[in-house]
Amino acid sequence: MIELKDVGKVYQAREGEHRALHHVNLTIEDGDIFGIIGASGAGKSTLVRHINLLERPTEGRIIIDGKDVTDYQGKDLRELRKNIGMIFQHFSLFQQRTVLQNVTFPLEVRGHGFKENEQRAHELLNLVGLDDKYNRYPSELSGGQQQRVAIARALANRPHYMLCDEATSALDSRTTIQVLDLLKRVNVELGVTMVVITHALDVAQRICNRIAVIDEGVIVEEGPTADVFANPQSAVTRELLSRGGTGVVRKHDRDPEEV
Amino acid sequence: METFFAEYGQLLAQGTIDTVIMTIASTFFAYVIGLPLGIWFAVTTPTGLAPNKPVNTVLGWIINIGRSIPFIILLVAIIPFTRLVVGTSLGVPGAVVPLTVAAAPFVARIVEQSLAEVDASLIEAAHSFGANNYQIITKVMLKESLPSLVRGVAITFVNLFGYTAMAGTVGAGGLGDIAIRYGYQRYMADVMLACIVICVVLVQLFQSFGDWLARSIDKRKH
Repeated sequence: MIELKDVGKVYQAREGEHRALHHVNLTIEDGDIFGIIGASGAGKSTLVRHINLLERPTEGRIIIDGKDVTDYQGKDLRELRKNIGMIFQHFSLFQQRTVLQNVTFPLEVRGHGFKENEQRAHELLNLVGLDDKYNRYPSELSGGQQQRVAIARALANRPHYMLCDEATSALDSRTTIQVLDLLKRVNVELGVTMVVITHALDVAQRICNRIAVIDEGVIVEEGPTADVFANPQSAVTRELLSRGGTGVVRKHDRDPEEV
Repeated sequence: METFFAEYGQLLAQGTIDTVIMTIASTFFAYVIGLPLGIWFAVTTPTGLAPNKPVNTVLGWIINIGRSIPFIILLVAIIPFTRLVVGTSLGVPGAVVPLTVAAAPFVARIVEQSLAEVDASLIEAAHSFGANNYQIITKVMLKESLPSLVRGVAITFVNLFGYTAMAGTVGAGGLGDIAIRYGYQRYMADVMLACIVICVVLVQLFQSFGDWLARSIDKRKH
């Protein structure tokens, strides 16, 4: 379980303070696919980076599995991060490493044996359906394939949590659906709790069981996905809904080729 | 032509060997000093892995002072230091010391620039997988910038190759020395021309090899 308690973030800039997050309170239960949606600049990426402490809060606490991790440093911090996989909008694969070496990276930094790492990487590449490409380089793969490699890499350390930062925003409609379905499978089959950041409502609608809506660093609404969509409580959510999904997934599995 | 080579072939061959040895040795030692310095400089920048303003500022000064002293002046100015290190200021060993001192700050700067090209999102990703700073430097920054680092070695090599000619004027030997003593002071245009041709060919060869190597190890575009 991930709990954010009254988390605030203030950046000191030359022009004065910039407040990125205000009193954020969220609880993400084990097994959730938790969506955090909002327009660009709303604070989604900042928020998700507080969970694995790529960003530090200036106020509030971050509790993971009952432990206050807010001030973790050094080894504790690295151990924590090994339990939280992450994927990124532009995949962030290491360009000078093969697909296999990308997947073994999180294992290498833990110092496991080479053979053991390779075996684990092949398992994961099989899971994402790319084991035949293990010896290729990222530049030789399509965007969807690169994101699947990134998913395999994020899973290497058998994390309990996975953070997905606009994971499908750089992908076309068909690959968006493939990647979302893969994330869903990882959630169901491996029991990985997911935090999904997106500006696309249809993405959230397709895989998230709960969502929170964020606007200018404030959580304006939170609840089960169906409830929020059916009965939006805040003006911001209604505004997002009226603009429709800016992703490319249509409801009811319409053939994405037509979209 | 034949008589020319019979007479000067030996001399030119020795000069070429001296020049190449001086260049390779000083490139090597310049990296021994400049590579760690460049890494240290890169990681201490405000947006780096381990920001440290005082250290970064001092390193910046050292690097810039080093790069602002013209080589011909540095060469003579550090003769006492050169003697201290290798026991002589003459010959190939006497040249390698000033060449190294001159090139190390330059190497630090181009290493820093190569490392700065590494996409910040890759470093963030590495952090997110629990890598420590040492692992990020070795497994991400150096690995991802390797093609650029190799190009830097080629640039350094070619620069130092040029500097060896200046070292030649103060007794280092090599092609520069031959060109000055025979080509210039004794008006031997054929020796001068031979030296120039050898220099051009060597630089071309090495630069082409560097470019080829950088391209072939770069996995980004095929």
